[in-house]
Amino acid sequence: MTEIFGVPTQALFGQLLIGLINGSFYALLSLGLAVIFGLLNIINFTHGAQYMLGAFGAYLLTSKLGLGYWWSLLLVPPIVGATGIVIERLMLRQLYKLDHLYGLLLTFGLALIIQGVFRNEYGTSGLPYSMPEQLAGGRNLGFMFLPNYRAWVIVASLVVCLGTWFMIEKTKLGSYLRAATENPALVQAFGINVPRMITLTYGFGVALAAFAGVMAAPIYQVSPQMGADLIIVVFAVVVIGGMGSILGSILTGFGLGVIEGLTKVFYPEASNTVIFVIMAIVLMIKPAGLFGAQK
Amino acid sequence: MPRSQKIALGVMAAFFLLAPLVVYPVFLMKAMCFALFACAFNLLIGFGGLLSFGHAMFLGTAGYAAAYAAKAWGFPPEFAILFATACAALLGLATGLIAIRRQGIYFAMTTLALAQMIYFYYLQAHWTGGEDGIQAVPRGTLLGFLDLSNVWAMYGTVFVIFMAGFLLIYRVIYSPFGQVLKAIRENEPRALSLGYDVNRYKLLAYLLSATLAGLAGATKAIVFQLASLTDVHWSMSGEVVLMTLLGGLGTVFGPVVGAFIIITMENYLAQLGAWVTVTQGIIFVICVLTFRRGVIGEIGNYLKKPL
Repeated sequence: MTEIFGVPTQALFGQLLIGLINGSFYALLSLGLAVIFGLLNIINFTHGAQYMLGAFGAYLLTSKLGLGYWWSLLLVPPIVGATGIVIERLMLRQLYKLDHLYGLLLTFGLALIIQGVFRNEYGTSGLPYSMPEQLAGGRNLGFMFLPNYRAWVIVASLVVCLGTWFMIEKTKLGSYLRAATENPALVQAFGINVPRMITLTYGFGVALAAFAGVMAAPIYQVSPQMGADLIIVVFAVVVIGGMGSILGSILTGFGLGVIEGLTKVFYPEASNTVIFVIMAIVLMIKPAGLFGAQK
Repeated sequence: MPRSQKIALGVMAAFFLLAPLVVYPVFLMKAMCFALFACAFNLLIGFGGLLSFGHAMFLGTAGYAAAYAAKAWGFPPEFAILFATACAALLGLATGLIAIRRQGIYFAMTTLALAQMIYFYYLQAHWTGGEDGIQAVPRGTLLGFLDLSNVWAMYGTVFVIFMAGFLLIYRVIYSPFGQVLKAIRENEPRALSLGYDVNRYKLLAYLLSATLAGLAGATKAIVFQLASLTDVHWSMSGEVVLMTLLGGLGTVFGPVVGAFIIITMENYLAQLGAWVTVTQGIIFVICVLTFRRGVIGEIGNYLKKPL
């Protein structure tokens, strides 16, 4: 067996793959957070719970209605996104004139409610969710074994991330969005319905989280707490990247996933904390984050 | 001290002195530890405008340090508590230097992430006993003559620590330092332009808050003879935010009332498992949407007096 720095290549590439998978979820989630933050100026603490709702949505659609993975992938994000729209209309809307911290506190409370209700219903142990048959199995790349589903997760999240980037940076709709981020009053004066845009943006960000949740369901077990710890790591990712740039959050997400995976190979004890350590270092050197602008 | 606050202080002291005659003293000691914790947290958010989402790290760190010092090194309780408080202060200095580099929402996320890092350290470290925590910590003999295994001696000690911490925070809030802090909260660029070294004030406030939160955690560990992961977990950081919000952000007595309500609620709902979390979430939502002044804030507003 070949080795690199005294580590078997199989283990190295295996962890690299896990890193890329985790990175896909970091990227999808931090992207959603950044999109929401850009327009609403709140940090959506419910994001982890909405990711969990995505996974549970897939589980429930399959177990109760017999709809498979692909239907879930298609239906769950809009459904969970719609619950997000309700939240924005009924609650978040009242907070825009207040200090941004109230948005954080409200969404934290919502996350506690959602996670608590699901924990009552389903307990803390994870529920298994089988992957679609079409993506079962894997292929041997010579230097490592690549399960098909994992390859699909990486590709699909890359496509969704880049699609979001394209929509925001290159289309007319995206230009409205960016303009409203800069100066909502002026955009409103041009006759664009900014409040509706805000609502839809929140719904879209939440749908991204739910999409990540559906994709995660076959890999990690579906459990009420699956988003709670993840969201803290994603916060650190967001602090490292800075929320100023869409491409920045995607790059930071994937990059940190890979670094975390490599840490698991070379110094496993630190794999849980490496992202937080990087965050501390980045804050010392460049407080605005790698891609952020100091406001 | 305005008259309204003198009366409130008298009521609070009398309550904690007389309540153990009718209420289970261990429950009251828990309430006082959390009240001090919430007051320390409130110093930062209510008067400095800095929302820390990682305050559990100070509570938990001091808890572990006090428990370890008392159990493994055989420290007497007064030194265990002092040592643990110093550990929390040191952690406050280290994390404060990093966290105050960002403001607002980023500050909250940074403190949360730093606290999670500390949590993972305690989860993996050997001396903290992992999931078991440090159990059966001896309460010891205070100053060589007061046996703390006696519940009344312990109660008196906690009462003195709580009142001392509370009065210290009160003194800080109304000192020139506290006034500058408020100025920074209201308008940071202007405070900066008036020549105040904003970051030094923030760091000092953060450090003070961390130290007092540590004092609460150390006392709690000695009272319950236990230091565990619960006290470092992010849900504890959320709980202290909730206590302060419910009692009234930026009020002097609010955090005490908020802590007392939340602890009472948890005590009664404890059998219901995850419904405690749901109830906490609902209180959060209601407070943010309709009740932003909190209990004491509303009363103070009604009486038109500072409380």
